[in-house]
Amino acid sequence: MADIPVQAFTPVTTEHRHFRAVLIGISVFFMVILLFAPLATIFATALSDGWKAAAEGISSPDALSAIRLTLTVAAIAVPLNIIFGIAAAWAIAKFDFRGKAFLITLIDLPFSVSPVVAGLALVLLFGSHGAFGTWLIAHDLKIVFAFPGILLATLFITFPFVARELIPVMIEQGRAEEEAALTLGASGWRVFRSVTLPNIRWALLYGVLLANARAMGEFGAVAVISGKIRGETTTMPIMIEMLYNEYLSVAAFSLASLLAALALVTLALKSLLEWRFAGQLAATRRH
Amino acid sequence: MYIDIDELAKEFGTSRALHPVSLSIPAGALVALLGPSGSGKTTLLRILGGLEFPTSGRVLFDGKDATGMSVQERRAGFVFQHYALFRHMTVFENIAFGLRARKRRERPGEAEIGRRVNRLLDLIRLPNIGGRYPSQLSGGQRQRVALARALAIEPRMLLLDEPFGALDAKVRKELRQGLREIHDTTGLTTIFVTHDQEEAMELADLVVVMSMGRIEQIGKPADIRSRPSSDFVRAFTAA
Ligand SMILES: Nc1ncnc2c1ncn2[C@@H]1O[C@H](COP(=O)(O)OP(=O)(O)OP(=O)(O)O)[C@@H](O)[C@H]1O
Ligand SMILES: [Mg+2]
Repeated sequence: MADIPVQAFTPVTTEHRHFRAVLIGISVFFMVILLFAPLATIFATALSDGWKAAAEGISSPDALSAIRLTLTVAAIAVPLNIIFGIAAAWAIAKFDFRGKAFLITLIDLPFSVSPVVAGLALVLLFGSHGAFGTWLIAHDLKIVFAFPGILLATLFITFPFVARELIPVMIEQGRAEEEAALTLGASGWRVFRSVTLPNIRWALLYGVLLANARAMGEFGAVAVISGKIRGETTTMPIMIEMLYNEYLSVAAFSLASLLAALALVTLALKSLLEWRFAGQLAATRRH
Repeated sequence: MYIDIDELAKEFGTSRALHPVSLSIPAGALVALLGPSGSGKTTLLRILGGLEFPTSGRVLFDGKDATGMSVQERRAGFVFQHYALFRHMTVFENIAFGLRARKRRERPGEAEIGRRVNRLLDLIRLPNIGGRYPSQLSGGQRQRVALARALAIEPRMLLLDEPFGALDAKVRKELRQGLREIHDTTGLTTIFVTHDQEEAMELADLVVVMSMGRIEQIGKPADIRSRPSSDFVRAFTAA
């Protein structure tokens, strides 16, 4: 009897203090090497000739056009993928139907296929010698080496992000709350707006941020389908590569810094929202 | 409101959850659907509430065919087994939900909504919890909030799926009494699902014993005890 209280004070984790320090050390080491150092280098190189040179690097007409193109593509691709993602996750999580397993695999396809292959596939489909090529030419529609192609490639690549985030959350929450809302007289749209959406909003936000980061950063698929026409179909990542290959490192790295900064802003935004709504977040997660 | 169930059957794919069953429930009755797991109690209740549609047969409310009526039109106060409270809303907003969901013409004003919600909170004897979230309530409190939310829409009937299933024995007894009182004050036709025969016998005016998708016996608790219609009913209600 006397030795029971001793046991009661044993901590839940039994790892030795030194072992814990080693674990923390390893993670910090890799964070610095893999995340912090590269980012710091990009900003340092961009600023190696001073602020003015860096500013010129991102304000050349070609760079401006690349920035505009990247932002436009993201601004269209992300909302479309929010709609696709919610619809797909809703169908998978809340209904039983034949071919459900197949649909889940299909959603993951863009993750498993190399982006270059995806780009090539789109070129083969929509190029002048492709399956829809003659039809497209006859109707004077240009997809490959043009804006629609870049958008299609970006949509394909970013398709899984929103759906992937939502499916587990929606499955975990089940249908009961929606059914309760229906019995209380709410229309389908009202159920979606005031019950489903609030319950998935954090997963949705996270998926949107990931999709946005990828939409702005995608290189492989877009490189293949865009044809890299300077000032016309070059997105920011492609423009960065072109500048770098031309030994214009300051210009390349200033544009890279801007791209990285856009990603950091989205991350900061997410942290800010999480901090601001910490209480609500806890209330919806527990239960 | 009185309810007639006429040769109602339900199949899920190839499996039969409900063989054709018929049942008449008088207005204002407190009815227990009693049976072991998988006997089709929830299925029958969900069909009445409009959450599931029968493969064949009819449901009549006050003598009028309601088989194809939408879940919203039915105005059935439904209490779910695990309560299904809206986790991102406060207790107040949970109870107000049904009133806010009404068409603009029929929607009460903000002050009236507040009055009604507070009256319901008094009815369930939890006057001071309007500002809390469901995760901050005990199981018994959640159950009562779910009941208040269902009552807020001024339902035509009350349907409860194992309302006391997840609670300990002492709380069950209290809430049983609470349901009886609410039934008696509102006069609503009330149907609750249970697999606890003691609960069914003690609380209900009419007990419907179910087994494997069929109704085995319908009767007053005393009649079922003294004249069980089959060995199954005898064994199931003996415990
Ligand atoms: N959505 C569904 N799809 C397929 N089968 C179902 C579905 N819902 C219920 N069933 C089946 O119908 C039968 C009756 O189920 P029901 O949920 O009505 O039983 P119950 O009496 O409520 O049982 P319990 O006491 O365990 O809740 C069961 O065999 C069940 O497996
Ligand atoms: Mg059940």
